[in-house]
Amino acid sequence: MAPETADDELVVRAKAGELFAFESLANRYEKRVYSLALRMLRHEQDAEDVTQQTFLSALEHLDGFRGEAGFATWLLRIATHAALKVIRKRDGLDTVSLEAATESTESDESIPHPEYIADWSQSPGELVARNETRSLIEEALAQLDEKHRIVFLLRDVEGLSVTETATALGLSEANVKVRLLRARLQLRERLTTTLGDPASRIKQAHHHG
Amino acid sequence: MKCEEMLAMLNDYVDGTIDPSVCEEFEQHMAGCNPCQVVVDNIRQTITLYKNDQPYELPVRFKEQLHEALRAKWQEKFSTK
Repeated sequence: MAPETADDELVVRAKAGELFAFESLANRYEKRVYSLALRMLRHEQDAEDVTQQTFLSALEHLDGFRGEAGFATWLLRIATHAALKVIRKRDGLDTVSLEAATESTESDESIPHPEYIADWSQSPGELVARNETRSLIEEALAQLDEKHRIVFLLRDVEGLSVTETATALGLSEANVKVRLLRARLQLRERLTTTLGDPASRIKQAHHHG
Repeated sequence: MKCEEMLAMLNDYVDGTIDPSVCEEFEQHMAGCNPCQVVVDNIRQTITLYKNDQPYELPVRFKEQLHEALRAKWQEKFSTK
């Protein structure tokens, strides 16, 4: 597709029965859906199943898509629900509601304090160009708790708003914000341990708090 | 403002959703607190790295399978309409 046709137009054409339009949408978003599922589930077969279910479900419910949210957001929401179902099944929580599965005890644990504080020795622009960066950031992401990882994926990797993330996960916005903060701080800590310039490290003589 | 309070508002600050009156306090704190300043920089860089992370490619076999399934479902949907 040389000049990109807008999602909305492709949706209209798909609704009217044009398979090519729907396939174009699938081609456009299948990588994002698959990546989200893979990063949520950390299992290739499960990620493929979720991706297929997502597009089949989108096809089936296309008429119900009213375009309040963008098409991508709508798809990612379907994918998130499908992936959460897989997680619930894994955890043996088949009968528990979505809220109960995801909203678990947030309590008021305090925010983790930054430990390793240092300027990074390279800019994100330089880092993106390096092969090792990919595995570093994927590993750091994989080490997060599921509940923090999923919120971070939707908000910061996929670019959903806090409200959209909350809707997709059936969480309160306050809860999304708390989890997002923990996720960002934990990722910062892990990445800085590797990417931080030891010479610029700030030792905490200064008491944080 | 203490470092602790500033941490709690970190998201609002980096996402640009912080209350303007609080923002001023936040920036004043940062100006006098190098660790906090570095943490804010680190957080911004962290987010930038992930935003620029490339999606995974679908395995070729799976891509074919997916599109076949979509075409089959499509036929089913539009032939019964």
